[in-house]
Amino acid sequence: MNKSLFKKITGNQMFIPLVALLLLAVINLIVDPGFFKVSMNTNNAGNPVLSGYLITILDYGSELAILAMGMTLVTAASGGQDISVGATIAIAGSAMLRVLCGTNPRPEAIQAPIIVAFLVACLVGMLCGAFNGALVSIFKIQPMIATLVLFTAGRSIAAWINVNKLPIVPDPKFAYFGGFIPGIPVPTTVFIVLVCIIVVALVLKFTNLGLYTQAVGINEKSARLNGINPTFIKFLSFVILGLCVAVAALIKVSRLSTINYSVIAKDIEMDAILAVALGGNALSGGKFNMWASVLGAYVIQFLTTTLYKFNVQSDALAAYKAVVVILLVFFSAPKVREYLSAFARRFSSKSKQRESKGEA
Amino acid sequence: MDSKKLKGGIFNKISDTNLLLVITIVIFLLMYIGAIVFQGSGFKKPQMFFNILNANAALIITAIGMSVVMISGGIDISVGGVVALVSMCCAVYLDKANGNVWVSMLIAIGIGLAFGLVQGTLVAYFDIQPFIVSLAGMFFARGMTTIVNTKPFNVQNPAFVKLKETRIKIPGMGSYNKKGMYISAYIEIGVVVALALVVILFLVLRYTKLGRSFYAVGGNKQSALMLGINVRRTKFLSHVICSLMAGIGGYVYFLNVGSGAASHASGMEMNAIASSIIGGTMLTGGVGNIVGTLFGVLSLSTIQNIVASAGLGEAWWTGITIAGMLCLFLLIQSIVIRQKKRALKT
Repeated sequence: MNKSLFKKITGNQMFIPLVALLLLAVINLIVDPGFFKVSMNTNNAGNPVLSGYLITILDYGSELAILAMGMTLVTAASGGQDISVGATIAIAGSAMLRVLCGTNPRPEAIQAPIIVAFLVACLVGMLCGAFNGALVSIFKIQPMIATLVLFTAGRSIAAWINVNKLPIVPDPKFAYFGGFIPGIPVPTTVFIVLVCIIVVALVLKFTNLGLYTQAVGINEKSARLNGINPTFIKFLSFVILGLCVAVAALIKVSRLSTINYSVIAKDIEMDAILAVALGGNALSGGKFNMWASVLGAYVIQFLTTTLYKFNVQSDALAAYKAVVVILLVFFSAPKVREYLSAFARRFSSKSKQRESKGEA
Repeated sequence: MDSKKLKGGIFNKISDTNLLLVITIVIFLLMYIGAIVFQGSGFKKPQMFFNILNANAALIITAIGMSVVMISGGIDISVGGVVALVSMCCAVYLDKANGNVWVSMLIAIGIGLAFGLVQGTLVAYFDIQPFIVSLAGMFFARGMTTIVNTKPFNVQNPAFVKLKETRIKIPGMGSYNKKGMYISAYIEIGVVVALALVVILFLVLRYTKLGRSFYAVGGNKQSALMLGINVRRTKFLSHVICSLMAGIGGYVYFLNVGSGAASHASGMEMNAIASSIIGGTMLTGGVGNIVGTLFGVLSLSTIQNIVASAGLGEAWWTGITIAGMLCLFLLIQSIVIRQKKRALKT
């Protein structure tokens, strides 16, 4: 009875990210109890805002959470990951700035409404997604290799869109998306993530997208025999990821009101894939749990913030994360789990033998 | 896959490996001749070709290692990181610890082997996806490079500098400069190492049992298993070879640039994969040729040189052309596979 409950808890997909989150929280609590303090400060613009490490995590984890949602779908449907998300964020962001600023990198006022720029970015993001999706679904190229094309070209294309200039958006309203709206102390990004989560939840609830994606991911041939078009589902998952990329690009560009082609969203693909893996989703496709991935994204941001707090250089951060990834995939690999459970069984049977001997 | 038995269609007369190799070599020759005809002067000099070799010796070595891993059905994207780590470690050892040049070579090989052993074990014996393992390997190597030393610096160790500046002159291929002085063509030591490794790996893949089992495992794991090939060991060895090549390539890279920096060889893994693909290595495994990879590297750098000398000096054109070329070859591969499948069905 106890054992089945234990298994139920450890078997839940939310288990790994939650344990990781608890572990990180406890470590931080021991090292610095002030980590969880949230205080009300006034920011540069004179508005009251919440600040503290927790708020930082919620704020800066939002791009990752949004990307993790799209990445989960792509992973589930195609059994591979999109490694071009960082580069496509640069493209979408660059397109957004091109629309907002026109050809002049230092305009007096924005040249087009923000919503138009955002819609253009969405279109560009979806086009990039469609390109990747077409290579994967129609030409049957492995996802990671197909997305290698945009990964290589993305930042160059982004620089080309703005002729390598770095436009600065003059409108302070544009900075609201990645910062704070005056009068509201909670970061705007939190609301953006909430909206995305609600939309995705509604889509998953009222359409067959989730079911079809899992079916294609588990067995493409039988999905086809059941009347699902695997080519379309895979294509669609990449287009949806493209949309997520556009939203993430809006936040990223809005944070600085400008762009740095070679640095923006650097290495974010690694974090997004890590989020999906941490959420307990099989990287080889099939069943998925969207919310575990989102939780995974915040856990990674938690880890990043913690490492920064310990004065780890941003370039060295990758080495620590790599160790986490290896440990994570190592212990979630079916092979290792088999070994472990076999070992546990032998151990328990031995102790049982000992018990029975003691009774005799 | 032996397709010679299939009837009909010019595609089926030659095997996948040879077809893709022929496409690659033809495209390379067309490109180089085109460059000579349309852009003249620079490309006419033999030294231009040797410069391409000099600058890309490290890429050739890492790319042929990558081909081995790709032929056996895996992938390794940690090579760029390993190259950076090797050059940083060797630089620190030679400059700060005033070390011996020969020991630094051992360090390079050691780092390569260490990465290969760990990644190979995880991939082959624990069934973890090679992409994820090597992604982590890449980030680990890059992170470690920064941890070893943050700032880039040049190595002044006299023995190393002497080795670095060794030029091997090639008789009869020189040219006259504007003042009429004769400058003989030269290659660096790295090129000799690279070409020697190309020959060795080519022979290994072609004529040894191990080499054939790479193709067998990449082509069809199940049949390879039934043929009595140790699939796990083969996969393991392919990763060890790849990382070892990355280690040696790292040293050759270091020999070429003579400095250590965390940003060294950024994107090299992508260039290595791209060269392998352009050289006719199939991503699905089982098809590929080391000589093709050599031509893949040459095509890649020729197109970079063409782009640079065509006045499209802006950095972004290089990225875009490489990606465009990669995309083109991916599509060719995809179409070739589809034709084959169709031919098999009928």
